[in-house]
Amino acid sequence: METLLLSRIQFGANISFHILFPTITIALGWVLLLFKLRFNATGEERWMDAYRFWVKVFALSFALGVVSGITMSFQFGTNWPGFMERVGNIAGPLLAYEVLTAFFLEAVFLGIMLFGFSRVPGWLHTLATFLVAFGTTMSAFWSLVLNSWMHTPVGFELRDGVAHATDWFAIIFNPSMPYRLTHMLIASGLTVSFLIAGLSAFRLLLGDRDKSVRTALKTGGVLAAMLIPVQIFVGDLHGLNTLEYQPQKVAAMEGNWETRGNVPLLLFALPDEEARENRFEIGVPNGASLILKHHADGVVPGLNDFVAEDGTPMHPPVSLVFWSFRIMVGVGLAMLALSWASAFLLWRNRRNADATEPRQTLNPWVLRGFVAMTFSGWLATLSGWYTTEIGRQPWLVNGVLTTAEAVANVPAPMVLSTLIAYLATYAALLAIYIGVLFYLASRAARTGREPRPPHHAPATPMAIPAE
Amino acid sequence: MDTLLTLFGDPNVWLPITFAVLMGASILIYVVLDGFDLGVGILFPFAQPDEKDRMIASIGPFWDANETWLVLAIGLLLVAFPAAHGTILTALYLPVAIMLIGLILRGVAFEFRVKAPPRFKPHWDTVFWLGSLLTALSQGFMLGLYILGLAGDAISLGFALLTAVFLAAGYAFIGAAWLIMKAEGDLQAKAVRWAKRGLVGVVGGMAAISLASPLASPRIFQKWFAFPEIVLLAPMPIMAAVLITVLWLALRHLPDSRDRWSFVPFVGAIALFILAFAGLAYSFYPFVVPDQLTIYEAASAPESLLIILIGTVFVLPAIIGYTALSYTVFRGKARELTYS
Repeated sequence: METLLLSRIQFGANISFHILFPTITIALGWVLLLFKLRFNATGEERWMDAYRFWVKVFALSFALGVVSGITMSFQFGTNWPGFMERVGNIAGPLLAYEVLTAFFLEAVFLGIMLFGFSRVPGWLHTLATFLVAFGTTMSAFWSLVLNSWMHTPVGFELRDGVAHATDWFAIIFNPSMPYRLTHMLIASGLTVSFLIAGLSAFRLLLGDRDKSVRTALKTGGVLAAMLIPVQIFVGDLHGLNTLEYQPQKVAAMEGNWETRGNVPLLLFALPDEEARENRFEIGVPNGASLILKHHADGVVPGLNDFVAEDGTPMHPPVSLVFWSFRIMVGVGLAMLALSWASAFLLWRNRRNADATEPRQTLNPWVLRGFVAMTFSGWLATLSGWYTTEIGRQPWLVNGVLTTAEAVANVPAPMVLSTLIAYLATYAALLAIYIGVLFYLASRAARTGREPRPPHHAPATPMAIPAE
Repeated sequence: MDTLLTLFGDPNVWLPITFAVLMGASILIYVVLDGFDLGVGILFPFAQPDEKDRMIASIGPFWDANETWLVLAIGLLLVAFPAAHGTILTALYLPVAIMLIGLILRGVAFEFRVKAPPRFKPHWDTVFWLGSLLTALSQGFMLGLYILGLAGDAISLGFALLTAVFLAAGYAFIGAAWLIMKAEGDLQAKAVRWAKRGLVGVVGGMAAISLASPLASPRIFQKWFAFPEIVLLAPMPIMAAVLITVLWLALRHLPDSRDRWSFVPFVGAIALFILAFAGLAYSFYPFVVPDQLTIYEAASAPESLLIILIGTVFVLPAIIGYTALSYTVFRGKARELTYS
């Protein structure tokens, strides 16, 4: 295989692995702050027990996010030197601000948040929890500013092929940034909602009767039910924004070859790039026109408008974008169904909310549904990212720099060998991570609740190391 | 904006220098801070299981932030000297990949050793050691290649293997010095013995680099051995010799009965690292890619550098402030870490 494709697979693998963990820590930081604030306000131990369990998940996810993030910062140089050489004047300051305003903040206060509970005053511990959550969100902000700028670049001029910033406000608040950032932050919220609900449901099914588990399950379920309709709305706005700035991506998402009106919403199709047509189409008549243009004969752009004169396609690979988009939407609909069903059942059973028998809280089948969907947020987030990022091809910076121009001239076998090493490491770590989360949940279920410290305990050697 | 750009004269001169200093400072801070926690990892196989928990406890609250200095250093290279960034990192492709896998392994081992089922803990300890060692070795390897001008010949590779071992020894030394300060009892006594052996490695490494770099580059030879430089620079090797002597004497008398001097090796180690770094920085200035590309040729557009600098001026004091807060909160002897 050639260096370009291998380098793309390698960066794709790295960023896919990386994004799994920030997707958890961004929202989980705020959920931990919620637990801490509820505990401060009510003094009820169940909130602090929930905090103690989920802070472990946070620490684990954060460590994985840090180490995979370092990998990415190096790969800009090892595999994509053209990126910084051509648009470094824009990307550089944005990345620098991310390190300065986010990375140090979260890394330093994480130490205090994790290990400082008995060493610092309560307010400082709460403040540290807030600053970690704030730091992860700032990090998301700067990453998404840069990423959005790569999709909708503005506020610069090209001199000798090199981008120079002319308007930083325009660069930061570029046209797709508000939509992409909101979409991603809510995706993080949904991922965490389903993770919390899933692991809590798992503990309930194992017979865990601790109050904190039901508290966490309710927090996750209610949060999911609240966020999913907002996400569908924001996703639609994001799609309309993409239609305006990257019509070729929307054409691939819809599998639409010719620019025309009355375009159906395809539920199934096998796009054939050789023949430039779809096979086995099943669609809702006028659906895509209605969604994108809000009337049945609305004109939707087609892929055939994006072919260079020599016949080279200047649009993304169709099948990957088409199917990634459908997986994302499908998972989103499943999230909607499950979270609303459970919210309805919780509301109907609200008198039993304090019942000691866990199964009275929710129907076991709903609980099993939550367990099955523990990592559904990951699936939706990744397929959403594949839709938008593969949908950017062949451009690295839309209309400015192609992926092929930016790639390093590293020999293909060398890229292949590092790719294999990364893939093996990531596959192993992912399996271990998921295994350890379920192990932590089942251990907590076995022992009843998180071991609580005696009040004002000095940090004695009796305590359990680093848990 | 324009007045700011010319605040200190020609923006194509003062901005690259400022960023070279910032990047150098980040690398130095990284080498000292992650140096001690990588060193603790390298020393892992020599400790008993309960001592390992205490060693982890001594670095647990800090390692994340320590590694962030590496991200800042590589980020500054990336944003301030994009042309050099590509050249250096593609030349160091494989050692960078090995270092990254090492960093991943040790970072996750921190968490998994106490969160995975207890029967796997010894395996995660091995992973932690291996990841720390791989990271240190590949960084030393890169240092060696860089010193000899990023060439791929047999001599460069041999020298790089040597610096790999020496840097790992140097990290083990500063790690041991950290433990002398943070540990008590048997572990502290052990750390003194580790530090003595590590110091031998540090001296060897500094000697090897001091001999090799002037031999490899006539330019560097000229910078050190021409007159009057040879006289003006004489304090540097003399200070290094004094520091090494002081460290050796201190290590012979530690641990002391009232534990008043246990901080000496760590402070001495930092001073030694600073001296070594200053020597290297002097040798290579003004080049960012040795003998190929100067910081002035490789620098980004002044407007972009200024934007970063403005942010840095405001944020860096805050970073230093809360880093100091964290080291204050977790001062004193390391106890077991708990989340509660």
